[in-house]
Amino acid sequence: MLISCPYCGPRDVSEFTYQGDATRTRPDPASADAAAWHEYVYERSNEAGPHREFWQHAGGCRAHVVVIRNTVTHEISSVAPARGDRI
Amino acid sequence: MAEYSALSLLKNALSANRDWKPAWRKPEPKPAYDVVIIGGGGHGLSTAWYLAKEHGITNVAVLEKGYLGSGNIGRNTTIIRSNYLLPENTRFYEHSMKLWENLSHELNYNVMFSQRGVLNLAHTPSQLDDFARRGNAMRHEGIDAELIVGAAAVGRLVPGLDVSGSARFPIIGGLLQPRAGTARHDAVAWGYARAADRRGVDMIENCEVTGFLREGDRIVGVSTTRGEIRAGKVAVAVAGSTGRVMKLAGIERLPIESHVLQAFVSEALKPVLHTVVTFGAGHLYASQSDKGGLVFGGDIDGYNSYAQRGNLPVVEEVASEFVAMFPGFSRVRLLRSWGGIMDMSMDGSPIITTGPLPGMYLNCGWCYGGFKATPASGYCFAHTIARDEQHPLSAAFTLDRFQRGILIDEKGQGATPRLH
Ligand SMILES: Cc1cc2nc3c(=O)[nH]c(=O)nc-3n(C[C@H](O)[C@H](O)[C@H](O)COP(=O)(O)OP(=O)(O)OC[C@H]3O[C@@H](n4cnc5c(N)ncnc54)[C@H](O)[C@@H]3O)c2cc1C
Ligand SMILES: [Zn+2]
Repeated sequence: MLISCPYCGPRDVSEFTYQGDATRTRPDPASADAAAWHEYVYERSNEAGPHREFWQHAGGCRAHVVVIRNTVTHEISSVAPARGDRI
Repeated sequence: MAEYSALSLLKNALSANRDWKPAWRKPEPKPAYDVVIIGGGGHGLSTAWYLAKEHGITNVAVLEKGYLGSGNIGRNTTIIRSNYLLPENTRFYEHSMKLWENLSHELNYNVMFSQRGVLNLAHTPSQLDDFARRGNAMRHEGIDAELIVGAAAVGRLVPGLDVSGSARFPIIGGLLQPRAGTARHDAVAWGYARAADRRGVDMIENCEVTGFLREGDRIVGVSTTRGEIRAGKVAVAVAGSTGRVMKLAGIERLPIESHVLQAFVSEALKPVLHTVVTFGAGHLYASQSDKGGLVFGGDIDGYNSYAQRGNLPVVEEVASEFVAMFPGFSRVRLLRSWGGIMDMSMDGSPIITTGPLPGMYLNCGWCYGGFKATPASGYCFAHTIARDEQHPLSAAFTLDRFQRGILIDEKGQGATPRLH
């Protein structure tokens, strides 16, 4: 699998660290809403098909990126900087 | 006379093997059953057997989208052990071990259960301390465990291991469970299928569940590629496909991620490795099959996947760990590699429960240790289906434990499936 880092170009997947589902919304850190935290920490939609996910180019420029990758074929359709996304 | 015995072999030899019956019938699906089990893997099949044997429920169908045993039950590295730390896990997996010990007799089918031992290697003093603690926890539960101290003692147990001080990660000891071992994975599926079939359970292959029939909130059956089938109770045991199948019932989110795990087998060698060994400075487990191939695997690839194939970095990592342990295997050729889809739960422990919808029962979250669980999983799940309650041995494996904060996190890794 090759991931095209927006800064470094196409790089081998072994340079990246997977950080999981990027569709979850993190509750406000001050929130004490147990249901919302449970949903954020434990529940996953576990999509078969296009999956929006975070990776970090840990063995390269160290940028966090948002990747859309098909979990059935491993085909990557987009890689963008993770600006504005909260992990 | 048992269907398979020395006598029946002789009798069938005399009639030129023309009279053997197929191991299971190929029935047309009936319009309705008391229980429908989705998934003809190890857990679905063992559930069918224990429903029949322990609860007398035989008006049952197992629906399998491909052929029986085409999923993880036929793809795993066949390691069976009960060397856990947490009591919820030790008790459940030890019950499984006891069922394994009598399984070939119970099913009248040789599952080739081989108690060749599982040895976890330790490379640091703190790791060995941790093993001593886990070994003590096991013995406390009446499970066999032996702490092996010193490289020389390990070297006597497993010839071929590099136990020298110049190894990349020198070995200083290990934890051995002598009763652990391996079994023939396909035989486990076939044995359960035949035994359940003989009690009247229908094995329906090439039958993919495509939707659920509902009356209000209640699940009352399934629609499939072979028509609609109604059922008093619908049990889901589809391992890596859990997310996909539960979405058909409108359950959009679960504490599960599907990940790919690869496994490898080498060309056949003469007997060189008589036990199961695991590397402690990385993640690798290896044994030798009866055909002579070295069977081994390591970590999941580490990203969500429903593709039954993985990527090269894991191949490289696993192979380099194997050679670090056994330098003598460096020129052995790899014969095949493959992948299976794991239902990784958020604490690394399984889920066996009623619901989440009325009329439905769910069995999932086996991560990459569900083969050894096959007997106990079916045993407890059958109890849950028959009696609408948790079995004491699986009572902790609920779906709401994540909400309630009673996680069973053997490794203390938190909600990051790629680390379990
Ligand atoms: C490479 C690898 C190595 C492993 N090594 C070990 C090991 O050494 N020790 C150990 O204990 N465990 C191991 N495991 C884990 C173990 O194999 C699994 O946890 C276990 O097999 C899962 O349960 P199962 O047998 O019921 O799953 P499966 O055999 O996958 O059964 C699920 C079935 O459901 C069917 N299905 C899916 N969707 C539908 C549908 N819509 N309709 C009808 N049917 C459907 C599938 O076709 C499949 O046959 C390993 C797994 C892999 C992949
Ligand atoms: Zn980069």
